[in-house]
Amino acid sequence: MQELTTTRHNLHIDPSMTVWGWEIPVYLFLGGMVAGMMIISGYFLFSKRYRETNCACYTLPLISLILLSVGMVALFLDLEHKLFVWRLYTTFQIASPMSWGAWILILVYPVIIANLLMGPPPFLANKFPKLNNITTFINQRPRLIQNIGVANMLLGGLLGVYTGVLLSTMASRPLWNTSMLWVLFLISGLSAAAAFVHMIAKNVKERELLAKADNGFLTIEIFVIALMLIGLLTSTQVHIDAANLLISGSYAPEFWVFVVGMGVVIPLIIQLLAVNHKINHTPIAPIMVIVGGLILRFIIVSAGQYSHWLNAHFK
Amino acid sequence: MARFGMVIDTKKCVGCMDCVVACKTENNVPEGYNRDWIVTAANGKFPDIHLEIQTQRCNHCDYTPCVSCCPTGASHVEDFGKIVLVEHNKCIGCKACLAACPYDARFIHPDGYADKCTFCIHRVEKGELPACVSVCPTHCMYFGDLDDPNSEVSKLLASRKNHSLIPEAGTLPRIYYLT
Amino acid sequence: MNSISRRKFLKITGFSVGAAATVSALSPIINGSEKINKVKVKGIQKIPTYCDICFWKCGAIAYLKDGQLWKVEGHPNDPLSKGRLCPRGTGGVGAHYDPDRLRSPLIRTRERGEEKWKEVTWNEALDYIATKMNKIKTSYGPESVAFFSHGIGGNFLKHTLKAFGVNNISAPSYAQCRGPRDVGFELTFGDGVGSPERTDIENAKCLVLIGSHLGENMHNSQVQEFANAVQNDSTIIVVDPRFSVAASKAKYYLPIKPGTDIALLLAWMNVIVKEKLYDVDYVKKYGFGFEQFAAEISPFTAEWAYTETGIDVELIKTTARVMAMNKPATLIHPGRHVTWYGDDAQRSRAIALLNALLGSWGRKGGFFFPSSYSIPAYPYPEYPTTKKEKVDNPDNKYPFAIEEITTGIREATITGNPYPIKGWFVYATNLLHALPNEEETIRAIQNLDLMVVVDVIPSEIAGWADVVLPESVYLERYDDLHASSFKETFVGIRQPVVESPADQKPNWWIAKKLAGKLGLGNYYPWEHVEEYLDHRLKAAGLSLDQLKKEGIIRGEKQPLYIEDGIEPEFATPSGKIEFYSLQLSNAGFDPVPKYTKPEEPPAGYFRLLFGRSPVHSFSRTQSNRILMDMMNENEVWVNSDIANRYGLSNGMYVKLKNQDGVVSNKIKIKVTERIRTDCVYMVHGFGHNSKMLKGAYGKGASDAQLITKYKTDPIMGGTGMNVNFVTFELEV
Repeated sequence: MQELTTTRHNLHIDPSMTVWGWEIPVYLFLGGMVAGMMIISGYFLFSKRYRETNCACYTLPLISLILLSVGMVALFLDLEHKLFVWRLYTTFQIASPMSWGAWILILVYPVIIANLLMGPPPFLANKFPKLNNITTFINQRPRLIQNIGVANMLLGGLLGVYTGVLLSTMASRPLWNTSMLWVLFLISGLSAAAAFVHMIAKNVKERELLAKADNGFLTIEIFVIALMLIGLLTSTQVHIDAANLLISGSYAPEFWVFVVGMGVVIPLIIQLLAVNHKINHTPIAPIMVIVGGLILRFIIVSAGQYSHWLNAHFK
Repeated sequence: MARFGMVIDTKKCVGCMDCVVACKTENNVPEGYNRDWIVTAANGKFPDIHLEIQTQRCNHCDYTPCVSCCPTGASHVEDFGKIVLVEHNKCIGCKACLAACPYDARFIHPDGYADKCTFCIHRVEKGELPACVSVCPTHCMYFGDLDDPNSEVSKLLASRKNHSLIPEAGTLPRIYYLT
Repeated sequence: MNSISRRKFLKITGFSVGAAATVSALSPIINGSEKINKVKVKGIQKIPTYCDICFWKCGAIAYLKDGQLWKVEGHPNDPLSKGRLCPRGTGGVGAHYDPDRLRSPLIRTRERGEEKWKEVTWNEALDYIATKMNKIKTSYGPESVAFFSHGIGGNFLKHTLKAFGVNNISAPSYAQCRGPRDVGFELTFGDGVGSPERTDIENAKCLVLIGSHLGENMHNSQVQEFANAVQNDSTIIVVDPRFSVAASKAKYYLPIKPGTDIALLLAWMNVIVKEKLYDVDYVKKYGFGFEQFAAEISPFTAEWAYTETGIDVELIKTTARVMAMNKPATLIHPGRHVTWYGDDAQRSRAIALLNALLGSWGRKGGFFFPSSYSIPAYPYPEYPTTKKEKVDNPDNKYPFAIEEITTGIREATITGNPYPIKGWFVYATNLLHALPNEEETIRAIQNLDLMVVVDVIPSEIAGWADVVLPESVYLERYDDLHASSFKETFVGIRQPVVESPADQKPNWWIAKKLAGKLGLGNYYPWEHVEEYLDHRLKAAGLSLDQLKKEGIIRGEKQPLYIEDGIEPEFATPSGKIEFYSLQLSNAGFDPVPKYTKPEEPPAGYFRLLFGRSPVHSFSRTQSNRILMDMMNENEVWVNSDIANRYGLSNGMYVKLKNQDGVVSNKIKIKVTERIRTDCVYMVHGFGHNSKMLKGAYGKGASDAQLITKYKTDPIMGGTGMNVNFVTFELEV
């Protein structure tokens, strides 16, 4: 028997780390979902689906901007030294995913806005009539639209990857320290975005397409989760312990029920039935996917902080 | 240029926490927070027990995930002694460095910035020892240049069995424990 | 570091470059006490003083930053601290900043113990006290006022009260702490071990600690020497029912059954005598009654001791031989808090005898001969002669008592015999945590006409006072000169470093003012304590100015050991080391210590043991916010097998109930392999229930509360307190 005692009692560090509360998971989730939306919308632009007037690529940018901004507010709320936030933009730290993230966000906004300006919502267009000039300018140039689509896919991809890399570079937290994490967050962001578009799509073909795509993403997500856990389970003891937090440990009920069950498997089954026309499309499955994606971020952020090196306090 | 480190003789340490108290007063560490702390590990079954007591703090690692993850450059390695520091007015309080440290050595100061052991650089610059080392009633702590083979710390490491904390985390910590 | 990054750093940490420049020049210790806080001094000031967080009185240097108290460090010239304070001393600044401090004089407005007060001026408070004291004097005589005092700070009050005619003056440090040890050694060597102890730990080749937990118990010089002994590969033998920190440094750990130490000591001596391993020449030269002694201990073999102590026969024999092998540099440490089982003077005497067998008394690595700086007392007028005997030890009930017995005074206060005690003055000692059976203490207090407490914090005893006088903490006051007997002679000064934050006053001021109110002004021929100090120092060829500047002045080195040419003298009846004590046998006691079996705990109960934490002193530091931050509650140590049986887990709270049904505050469980299954352990000093002590209120449990039973040592009046048994109450 080993008895380990420490006299350290730092707030949010002891007895286990809880430095990141609800803000970071919310931000990571929204960032991931917006990334997915950018990729989907960008794909619609690139594949010329934008020619259909009820294409989601006209509704997604505004929603993306709102969701991303909500995420940014959450991120800002998490900062402990808020008045110094401008320091992010006086430097670029090449080794810091968070610095990358800060700058990616700077690029993400104009790209989404470019997409938005293809068909600005009436309230904006009415308020700023000059926007029509830009809209006309863009819409006269199919190559530009395709390029905007590529830029959206690219930066969406970067954003999605970044939400995972932010955590996975931390060797100190064994649960995060897997290269599958960015894949997981990217695919989860895509599936949430696909679910969202599926839910709001006005175009029947688009809805079918997104439902199928989502089924694909969800299927891949199952494999990614499995690979991530297998990767951890075949690594060192601390990584095995970390994986077991999700598999059988204190986070297991939430993980299996909300993330894997209700967030992936059940909606996948529902949507498989839907695309095979056994049942009608309902918002139930997409909502489950989206909520599952949010809970996934909460669990990964929380369990990851909890995971630590064997005898982290002592050797 | 020196590369400062600490060597702590666990045979002599009694875990009295004088190092912790001295750090508090020297550096005005706010109530409820620790830049250094005592860890005690007892192994075995009564009465055959092995006890090791360690005074722990930031390891001022050679490889510094806390520095590389910092988005603003607040967390940095000083030229002087390769001491790892946080520049308070560059820190945005994002807590990435807290999460990045395998030793959980950092915390958020009530004023909002990441804080931790500074190896008492303000004292070391003047040729004094860090406060924790200077008060230790058992003289179990040694501080000096690990790159200088003639320093007390180098000699102790060369002559005594020692280990560092969680070397497998790969950060090349610079605090060693003599056993 | 280059200049740019240096400047950057200074900016970060909020140091002004100016302040840093001030310290970087090797600034001499300056004496700024007069100017402190009157004129805000920029930069760093260093003022020497000596510590008061415990009784060790280590030399210290207080640092002020821009006039604000910053930190306290050890005084490099101090033979006690050698420049390094213990954690409590380092945390001493917390005493000054403690928000729970007493701030102004208080007079009780409701029943005693209800802690309802009105704030009064010093004049009102002292008038009130003087009136009551005079009333007691008229009705009962001045002897009916008793004084309980701990620490050097009580000296001036003691002076005032003696001038008033008080003769019942006592401290728990005798009958609740080191008394039995001092008596046991006096009976054997004709001399005590003193405080700081005359133990030469750092030169010991073999160090034996019996229940003494150095390292957790932070007697500074001893811990420093202990660490040196560890470094020097001295063979350390630790006897303790608990695997203490010291035990972890030991080569031999003897997990003794509590209460059986005398059996072990007898067996050790038996082995050493039987195998002729003792210092034959030393014993022959200095010993008295060795033959009778040898005969008395001959039945007590290691085999016999095994059945009592539970310690392996071979382990007993091996350790005895190891001790003998290293003689005379084998130090069987006499301990300090030794009031355990009521036969403590005899146990201490057994320790003294074992040391005597190995010839360690007066030898390097054993017990040195201490000396002190000679400073003449202040030429005060003679005290009035008291007409009555002291009350604490009527009819010489405890024939070998060498100091006043607190619990004896308490007993007299309860019974009124041999004469009533009607007034208590309590200085800096929390009697409710220090004396066993707090109910008796409260009963005694209810018989009083006057109860005065002088202290810096509102301890439990202050809650029972009629008048509470807030004292300045040591960093804000002068005290008497410090010239302990130790390895080297020295004199140290305590001087104000900062001003008191509120209406607190130094004890000398309180004592002098009170003397004035009592019409005893002639006992204070000096106006300010500085005159008193200067007068004494001048008489010793020194001056106050010099000492204020230097903090500590060391005298000439004195010889320490017999090896240095000291011819030992033994102030015993035989003039020798008394292996066989006729004075004990004449008084009806065992001339050679005998073992009596300890009482067994009732089923489901565990012996309650208590000890020290390195970061707290008694029950006096729990509200010091710095030390509180180190440890803010105590835990009860429970062996893991026992914990399993009772469903106890680490960190859960329980209450402890003792054999008399007294239930403690809630206390956290520490499940551990580091203790026997027949006892539990907790750190003393927690479990405060004084409401004014906000920071410490209700945190942890108090062993004192559970010590309803005590066994008085018939030889010297000490109260053995490790005779209580507790069980766990799970509903908290």
